[in-house]
Amino acid sequence: MKLLVCISKAPDTTSKIDFVENNTKFNEAGVQYIVNPYDEWYALVRALELKEALGGTVTTITVGGIDDEPVIRKALAIGADESVRINGNAKDAYYTAFQIADYAKKGGFDIIFTGKETINYNGSQVGGMIAELVGMPYISLASKLDVNGTTAIIHKEMTGGVEVVEVNLPFVISAAKGMAEQRIPNMRGIMAARTKPLQVVEPVAVDELVSFVNFDLPKAKSACKYIDPANVAELVHLLHTEAKVI
Amino acid sequence: MSVLVYIDTISGNISKNAMEAVFYGSKIGPVTVVTNGGVSADKLASLGNFGATKVLVQRALQSQDASQLTRLVSATAGTTGATTIVFSQDLTGRAVAPRVSASLKAGLVAGAVSLPDAGGIFKVNVFSGKAFGNVKVNSAIRVVNLTPNSIALETGSGSAAVEEISVDCGAPSYTVKSVEKQEGDILLPEAETVVSAGRGLKGPENWGMVEDLAKTLGAATACSRPVADIGWRPHHEHVGQTGLAIRPNLYIAAGISGAIQHLAGVNGSKVIVVINTDPEAPFFKAADYGIIGDAFDILPKLNEEIKKLKAQN
Repeated sequence: MKLLVCISKAPDTTSKIDFVENNTKFNEAGVQYIVNPYDEWYALVRALELKEALGGTVTTITVGGIDDEPVIRKALAIGADESVRINGNAKDAYYTAFQIADYAKKGGFDIIFTGKETINYNGSQVGGMIAELVGMPYISLASKLDVNGTTAIIHKEMTGGVEVVEVNLPFVISAAKGMAEQRIPNMRGIMAARTKPLQVVEPVAVDELVSFVNFDLPKAKSACKYIDPANVAELVHLLHTEAKVI
Repeated sequence: MSVLVYIDTISGNISKNAMEAVFYGSKIGPVTVVTNGGVSADKLASLGNFGATKVLVQRALQSQDASQLTRLVSATAGTTGATTIVFSQDLTGRAVAPRVSASLKAGLVAGAVSLPDAGGIFKVNVFSGKAFGNVKVNSAIRVVNLTPNSIALETGSGSAAVEEISVDCGAPSYTVKSVEKQEGDILLPEAETVVSAGRGLKGPENWGMVEDLAKTLGAATACSRPVADIGWRPHHEHVGQTGLAIRPNLYIAAGISGAIQHLAGVNGSKVIVVINTDPEAPFFKAADYGIIGDAFDILPKLNEEIKKLKAQN
C-alpha cells in the first residue's frame, strides 16, 4: 500500500502568539515549531501502523521552505520511509492543497492522510480541497480506520454521534483524536531519519484565492471577578443581571 | 450580491447553526437556501423568519456524502448565480465547503466570526482562538464557513418559497454501515450553556452534581482531556486543543486547572466561570467570574440558587 501523509509545522501549543510588521506577520521570535499534532499523533502514526500490518510505504509531504526540514525529519524519525518537500511559501490553503494534489496525482497513492486541522490556522481546508482536486472520496474527522483489501471501514464523527462507513480505496481522510496513539521517536529512528530520502520539488503556479491582510489579538479579558464561596447566590445574581447568560 | 446558504437538515430539524448561517447570509444579500433529505416543507418555509426568500431541497439525496453535496451546492450556485456561498462550520461544513471551494476555484473563508466589512474583509479564528486573522477573497465567488455561535440571531417573520429540485449528484462515495448515536438531548457543539469538570472531581461516580446542574441550566456536559483519557467520561465530551472547540454563551468549569491546551477549546466562550480550590489555577486568568472553593460544595449550592432564580422568573 502506498500511503501519503500531509505534514504541516505548527508553533508549539504553549507559544506566545503575537504579530510584527504592522500585525501582518506572526512573530516567530522564540517560537518552537512542532509537527502539527493532528498530523503527527493521528494521521502519521495510523499510516505507520497500517504499513506495519499490511506492508507498503509511508511518504510524507510538506509545502514549505527549508525551515520546515527539522519538522520533516521528526516525521521520518517517527518512522516514515521518505519525505517530499514542495519548495513553496503557502499564502492560502488552496495553494497547499493544489501542490499536494499535483504531486499525489502522479504518485498512485491508496490513502492520503491529513490531520483534522492545523493548530495555527484551524481551517480544516486542505484535506477536502485535495480530495476535490484529485477526484477522490473525502472522509473527514475520522476517529478509526481499518483497511481490508481494497476497502476501508472508517468511524467518522457526525452531529450527535459516530457514523461507520465503508469506502473503496483510494481516498482522502482527515484524522481526529482516537485514530492512533502518539509515538515518541527512539534514538535509532532519529539516526535513521538523517539519511532517509527527502526530495525537494519545485511548486507549480497557482492563483492566491484568499489573502491574510493582517491579524488582531483578542481584547484582553478584564480581571476575574472573585465571589466568596459562602455566597454562591451572588454569582447567580451576577450571571443573571450583569452577564445576562442565565 | 446573491447568496446561497447550504444547511444540514438530515436530522429532520433545523438546527441553530443552520438558522445562524441563513441569518448571516441575509445580512450580505438575498438568500436562497439549499438542503437535502426529508425535512418537512413547513420547517423549510419557516427559514423565511431568518431572511431566506427561497429554499431548494433535493429530496432524493438522503445522506451527507461530501462528494454528492459538493455537486449539489456547486450546481445550485451556478443556477442561482450566487457570488457568496455560506456554510456553518459544523461537521458537514468542514467536509463540504473545502471541496466546493476547490470545485469552483472560489476562495474559502474558513471559520468566519464576522460579516464582511465594507472592504470585503472577514475576521476568522486562528491560532486556536488566541488571535483573529483578517482575510480577503480574491476570486469572483467566495465560500464562507461560519463559526457557530458567532452571530446574534434575530427572528423576523417571513415565509420562504420551497421548491424541490433534482440535481445530478453522482454516485455515493461511501456507504454508511451503521450509526452510533450519543446519549443526551443537548449536543455539546451547539449548546449555549456548558457545565464542564475535570480531575478535581476525583472520580466518575461524582458526576451526578455536574449533570444535575446541567439539567437545571438546560446545558450540555463537557470534560477535560485527562478525564476523557482515563475513561471517566466519553471522548465526545472532551473539549480542548485535541478535542472539541466550543463557543457557548456560558462555560462553567469545575475542578479544571485550565492548561493552555484546554483553554484553546473554550476561549471563544462569552462568559467563563471557574470553580477551583487552587487560587493559583491558571484558568482564573481566563475567567470572568471565579470561586476559590471546592466543587463538591459549590456545584450543589449553585444548582439550588439557579433553581431559585428559575422559580422566580
